[in-house]
Amino acid sequence: MGEELRLPIAADVDVVEARQQGRALAAVAGFSSGEQTVIAAAISEIARNILMYAKKGEIILGLVQNGDRQGVSVVAIDQGPGIPDIDRAMQYGYSTSHGVGAGLPGAKRLMDEFEVDSVVGRGTTITMKKWRRSI
Amino acid sequence: MEVPILRQGQYLIASIQSALTDADLSHLREALIAQVGRSRCRGVIVDVTALDVMDSFAVRTLRDIAHMARLRGAETVIVGIQPDVAFAMVQLGLTLKGVATVLDLEEGLAFLDSRTKATLDTKPKRGRG
Repeated sequence: MGEELRLPIAADVDVVEARQQGRALAAVAGFSSGEQTVIAAAISEIARNILMYAKKGEIILGLVQNGDRQGVSVVAIDQGPGIPDIDRAMQYGYSTSHGVGAGLPGAKRLMDEFEVDSVVGRGTTITMKKWRRSI
Repeated sequence: MEVPILRQGQYLIASIQSALTDADLSHLREALIAQVGRSRCRGVIVDVTALDVMDSFAVRTLRDIAHMARLRGAETVIVGIQPDVAFAMVQLGLTLKGVATVLDLEEGLAFLDSRTKATLDTKPKRGRG
């Protein structure tokens, strides 16, 4: 699937833009409005994480297909400090930034697939996907 | 995008008109808490009907508004959480524990009327007993 949307994240308005674009793409993929909101919320959490920890980065939105299943993929890329302890960062309620600690674990709960690839001093890439429930 | 804050009697009504950035939300918190004191109001209604998403930051800010307003002597009620937004909040594991939420503005006003009346009634009345 060729369609891909690259969105720079460098300010809080970009977080709003990313989640709105994500919702629009989820609508194109045929997700229900409830699921569109879930996807938008997940994007909001990981886009904010970019701002908080790396200051800037990028969100790449795309449509994906697996057999006859359709879905959306969201990739968040930054060249920030990286996550020293991924297991801890994935614990609900754990935060190093005075947040509520719902960012990464929250986004993981909302999506079907969630992968974190992070190298300290190099940056972080988060890849997440949500599949449409087959009818 | 600034959120307009209207005064109606003893209450402040903040009516969110569109999606808000984190900075907009923080600004709303500061503006409401300042106005609670300035206008000596007893209640705050935050209407979130137009919010597309409530993520962890939005929920935390609303909770902070409610707790800070209570410390300043005003009750807060959140009105208008949309079904899809509630669905995503629950999946995210976000709660508004300790914060009153009702369906719409009308119910919000009724809720505040009952709450502020209750507090007034428990206060000792002047010139009696």
